[in-house]
Amino acid sequence: MLPAIFAGLLQLALLAPPSAVAEPATSEMVKIDNFTFAPQRLTVKVGTSVTWTNEDDIPHTVASTSNAFRSKVLDTDDKYSFTFATAGSFEYFCSLHPHMTGTIVVEAATGGPAAP
Amino acid sequence: MTRKHDKPEGLSRRKVLECMTWAGTGVLWTVTGGVPRSLGLVGEANAQAAGLTFLQISDSHVGFDKPANPNALGTLEEAINKVKALPAKPSFMIHTGDITHLSKVAEFDDAERIISQARLDVHYVPGEHDILDDGVKLYGERYGRGTKGAGWYSFDAGGVHFIGLVNVVDLKAGGLGNLGSDQLEWLENDLKGRSASTPIVVFAHIPLWVVYPQWGWGTDDGERVLGYLKPFGSVTVLNGHIHQIIQKVEGNVTFHTARSTAFPQPAPGAAPSPGPMKVEDAKLRSVLGIASINFMPGQQRLAIVDTPLQG
Repeated sequence: MLPAIFAGLLQLALLAPPSAVAEPATSEMVKIDNFTFAPQRLTVKVGTSVTWTNEDDIPHTVASTSNAFRSKVLDTDDKYSFTFATAGSFEYFCSLHPHMTGTIVVEAATGGPAAP
Repeated sequence: MTRKHDKPEGLSRRKVLECMTWAGTGVLWTVTGGVPRSLGLVGEANAQAAGLTFLQISDSHVGFDKPANPNALGTLEEAINKVKALPAKPSFMIHTGDITHLSKVAEFDDAERIISQARLDVHYVPGEHDILDDGVKLYGERYGRGTKGAGWYSFDAGGVHFIGLVNVVDLKAGGLGNLGSDQLEWLENDLKGRSASTPIVVFAHIPLWVVYPQWGWGTDDGERVLGYLKPFGSVTVLNGHIHQIIQKVEGNVTFHTARSTAFPQPAPGAAPSPGPMKVEDAKLRSVLGIASINFMPGQQRLAIVDTPLQG
């Protein structure tokens, strides 16, 4: 019985990203308001989905400087989500108003199963 | 100096800018109802009826429907009606970008339907709102014929050399407007061999000089353009993007930004952000408008007259 459960867990771990097993998937929000990203610097765990919402009366975009992600144009109240699957520091900006910049710091998941 | 606390801070800054406008230009201005207007020059130009007159419209933002102006198409139409009613037909019109708000086909169609009623040739440059998602494709199909790169070009009219530049493409994180090395190289060649006495008019969407970098109001490699233009005795730089009149004269170069036909934006630093500024409904048309530019042979400086839609 116990080995069977263990095998099932192992199977799950192989099918899903490790963080999905270790802890529930998390999500964070970034507000685009007054031509700024708020918070401008956000730290999340690997596997976190970040959603940007444009609350300005002017369209904006969310564009990674390393091309890791890039939204379509976001009109007022439009949203864009991206799930960060790898650790690292991700700089991004609005490609229409490039003085608008932000950073998502993605940390390796902790408290989950130890890396092999 | 005392500051009146019963008025929003933006108002006093605005006044300062109006004074700057007044001080920085050869045009004779008066301030009526808080809005600077020129005195005499229109009449003078009519009386002499010589030289070259062209119009500048900018930042139509067709498709914009937010509180700052729920009907941007309507105010564009009012601007074009003003053009149609001019006693003397101008030679042509330039549009300094942000024709549309969201680069939609229907917005381009609506803009064309209204602007074409002026029955004038229109020379366009794109704003960042005209090249969303699909890049310069839609804009290029309509306005890119005979242009280079992302849509830059030059032409001659009435003894003046006109240069349309594109500074809204491939913007860099943390930066301002951007022309890029290909365009600058083209510009250098375009000016090569031209007589220094040729009056030059350069137009682009984002101001080519740094107006207010905190809001991205400037062009990173704009200085290079000014370097190439140094030998020329008469240079006029016409921009849009900031939805208000700001003028500066530096040596032989006159810098001027036009009003939008859609909505005003705050004076630099006068609000938390450069977003659309909501003014009283009755005031809206006094902060929207078009510009008329007159070149008289033999005169170094072109006369720029800004006319609001109303007031």
